[in-house]
Amino acid sequence: MGFVTWLAKLDRRWIFLAMGLLVLGPLIRPLSLPLTVSRPVQGFVNAIDAVPHGSTVLMSCDYDPASIPEMVPMTRTAFRHLLSRDCRVVITCLWAGGSGLIDSVLTEGAREFPSKSYGQDWVNLGYKSGNEAVMVVMGQGIINAFPRDFRGNACETLPIMRSVRNYSSFPLLVNISAGYPGTKEWVQQVQARFHLPMVAGVTAVSAPEYYPYLQAGQLQGLLGGMAGAAEYETLVKAPGLATRGMDAQSLAHIFIALMILLGNLAALPQRSSGGKS
Amino acid sequence: MKREVPLFLTAAIGLFMIASFFVPHHWVSVPADFLQACAIIIVAFGYVLGGANVLRVNLEGISRREPDWGHKIVLVVSLIVTFVIGIVDGMRAHGSFPAEGSGSKWIYDNLYATMSATMFSLLAFFIASAAFRAFRIRTLEAGLLAVAALIVMLGRVPVGDVMTHGLPEQIRLGVLQQWIMDFPQNASKRAILIGAALGVMATGLRVILGIERSYLGGEE
Repeated sequence: MGFVTWLAKLDRRWIFLAMGLLVLGPLIRPLSLPLTVSRPVQGFVNAIDAVPHGSTVLMSCDYDPASIPEMVPMTRTAFRHLLSRDCRVVITCLWAGGSGLIDSVLTEGAREFPSKSYGQDWVNLGYKSGNEAVMVVMGQGIINAFPRDFRGNACETLPIMRSVRNYSSFPLLVNISAGYPGTKEWVQQVQARFHLPMVAGVTAVSAPEYYPYLQAGQLQGLLGGMAGAAEYETLVKAPGLATRGMDAQSLAHIFIALMILLGNLAALPQRSSGGKS
Repeated sequence: MKREVPLFLTAAIGLFMIASFFVPHHWVSVPADFLQACAIIIVAFGYVLGGANVLRVNLEGISRREPDWGHKIVLVVSLIVTFVIGIVDGMRAHGSFPAEGSGSKWIYDNLYATMSATMFSLLAFFIASAAFRAFRIRTLEAGLLAVAALIVMLGRVPVGDVMTHGLPEQIRLGVLQQWIMDFPQNASKRAILIGAALGVMATGLRVILGIERSYLGGEE
């Protein structure tokens, strides 16, 4: 009973310390655990691979810096994947706090493709307030909702935008989203209404919410959290931040599972004596 | 009239927007497009109202020396400084905003981004602590929840497959977690989604018909 009593009185700062070390350790010295690719991630990659070369793809990055570890690897890999297939990419953002971060990620990603130029092969239209209303107005015309890009250029002067009218100009929507407005709203307002094929990358905590859309075929693929991003990186043979983070997440998940079991073990004496916890 | 006019406008515009889904004629679609574009502008005004409201609430709190009034001072000063720097940078900017090297960009990269990421990262520590202190298996339902949580939590990460590598494929953690996500989880999530959608439709109808009036402020 000594161990159980010790557990019951355990200071939670020890739990914080253990969690910190378990996350830090694999980031410094990776364990290189093998990744298995799940069906939703395979669907995401297949949908992008099915886009004809030279197409213009709409990519909406709806998140802010709080979700960097999960969202940025997805954004970076999807952007590279599209550019490597000679697709042109039109990027939008519906989160006020996200446009600066997203522009940095895209600019850095585009540097790997010296032959691709801004305005010709990709454009960042930046942030627009209005949530679902923006999605609907984009259906009337992308330039109606975004007359200027993130850099202040008039969109009608950009070569990439000359072939873009509304959602019918895109064969695919790639949405990377951390919440509202995000994947659910894009499915409801755009996929269902304008029949634009769609794939999504979402945070792990919100991923279960989108499985009904995945099963119904409204989403052709889904990246769930850092695990989804890591599987995506594995599939396109470009291991990055998410792959490195998966070892840390593995140990963190084991630790939390252990905490649930130990917490219940520590509560056993109280339960057997009928006391309140 | 203060209540009747807004109720009439809500009902008329609400019914008109519903009609625009079903009537593609330009007499309906053009005004509907115009109203949707108006919505974007109105939402943008919401930010101004929101900022003014934050200032009002916190300045009142400071003047009354409410609990944590010191934090409110930090909030108000941060709001004003960010706003002023943003205005100055915006007037100077000839292209992207916030421009590289500007004060706004510095605030975004070094304060906003780092603090947001820090707040979110803290969740890992609190979840671990909550798992230890709060997740008690006292009933059969709680037991089922715990088993499902453990399978999904371990099955979602590579270590789950490593741990069950020697088992037949059908009972490996990765396969089990995918089954839980595809069937029991999906069925319950779909039920919640359908229920919520019916609720949204009912609320929309109540607003359009003038039964739900709380959005007008004051008493029901």
